[in-house]
Amino acid sequence: MSQQPTHDGGVLYRETPSQTAGPYVHIGLALDVAGIPLRDEEVWSRLATPEADGEPIELVGRVIDGNGDLVRDAFVEAWQADAHGAFQPDYDLRKPFNSFGRSATTADGDSEWSFTTVKPGRVPAANGKPMAPHVCLAIFARGINIQLQTRLYFDDEAEANAECPVLNAIESPTRRRTLIATREEADGKVRYRLDIRLQGDGETVFFEF
Amino acid sequence: MQDSDNKRFVPRDRNWHPPAYAPGYKTTVARSPRQSLVSMQHPSRSELTGPSFQALRLGPHDNDLLMNYREGQGRDGLPIGERIVMFGRVLDQFGKPVPHTLVEMWQANAGGRYRHKKDGYLAPLDPNFGGVGRCITDEQGWYHFRTVRPGPYPWPNDINSWRPAHIHVSVMGPAIATRLITQMYFEGDPLIPHCPIVHTLNDPLAVDTLTGRLDMARSRPMDYLAYRFDIVTRGEFQTYFENQG
Repeated sequence: MSQQPTHDGGVLYRETPSQTAGPYVHIGLALDVAGIPLRDEEVWSRLATPEADGEPIELVGRVIDGNGDLVRDAFVEAWQADAHGAFQPDYDLRKPFNSFGRSATTADGDSEWSFTTVKPGRVPAANGKPMAPHVCLAIFARGINIQLQTRLYFDDEAEANAECPVLNAIESPTRRRTLIATREEADGKVRYRLDIRLQGDGETVFFEF
Repeated sequence: MQDSDNKRFVPRDRNWHPPAYAPGYKTTVARSPRQSLVSMQHPSRSELTGPSFQALRLGPHDNDLLMNYREGQGRDGLPIGERIVMFGRVLDQFGKPVPHTLVEMWQANAGGRYRHKKDGYLAPLDPNFGGVGRCITDEQGWYHFRTVRPGPYPWPNDINSWRPAHIHVSVMGPAIATRLITQMYFEGDPLIPHCPIVHTLNDPLAVDTLTGRLDMARSRPMDYLAYRFDIVTRGEFQTYFENQG
């Protein structure tokens, strides 16, 4: 461990530095993608069962690099409130809803990450004002040295989006739009799509907090 | 108002962590944002809370890589390689233990080969080794894994790039804001100073904190060597004085 002095003469340990999750992140965190047999319980991409309160939705998207190519080895974590705007932090596969999920883009085909969930309710910002419904996403991959943190918002929440203090903290209105997922309906399912662009045209807004 | 709304973590030092763009590690070139990060001055409970995994049912050998993989039924062999225990504490920046948090790890086998569809390195798979472990820290923040020391392996970056032996480690910590994935290297490995991924760290001290230390006292005679790797997650301000900081 490494220490740094603080202004009051105390010490603070330095946070362990990040290193890339690498191309084989699936062995540890997404076993079926690696081709490793699953354990009894795994953390995966279903946040909500059909019994969960709220509107059942899917979230899908791709991850695209600065050359416009698909990032096929990305690993994505999601964190969101339930339909009532409350976080459910105690991960338990016997519950109808968990706030946390994991997904990965695939080496073949469309290379989309996806989550089965419900539309989140509104959560208050630090100042108590409601934020628009959103899902926090963290992107890990080979060539990403520390996870990229973003949010997914919903295009049918225009009013809430317009007053969301976090969206409005993004200076460029053009860039705000990189966080808005597009609603699609197919086979009786509601799906919101958001491509994450790591670099260049339409580069996704990434946060630090 | 929830308790989480008053939480505050020590800001992440982005000069201590590796930068997104680190051209010596070539894959970062097209995968690093060009725009600045948008800084949330006042994070919300969306950032200040995170998942807890105490209800996740772990298997009896989830943290024992010597035992948790057998190819097919009825095999009872052990993996090839140097038997080790990797252990340590998860602490926050104030030195406070981080109890009941999920620690996950993955690694190559003793020959430097990953059990992954996409790894085609010519070193063989080990029929008795999978390479994945997980556990929950105890009340004092301790964790441990029993495994074999992973081998170094070549990878396409420069003409002749090799990864030093390393174990990937993932820690949740108390919030999304403390989420961390890193790698542990092994004390004395001559490949550490040659590695382009190690070189993404600007400060030699940072490399030092990622180096697991041989701990002879906790090694078991005639059985395994122990390597200690303490993990520090972002500090949560708790006291009046800390909150003035």
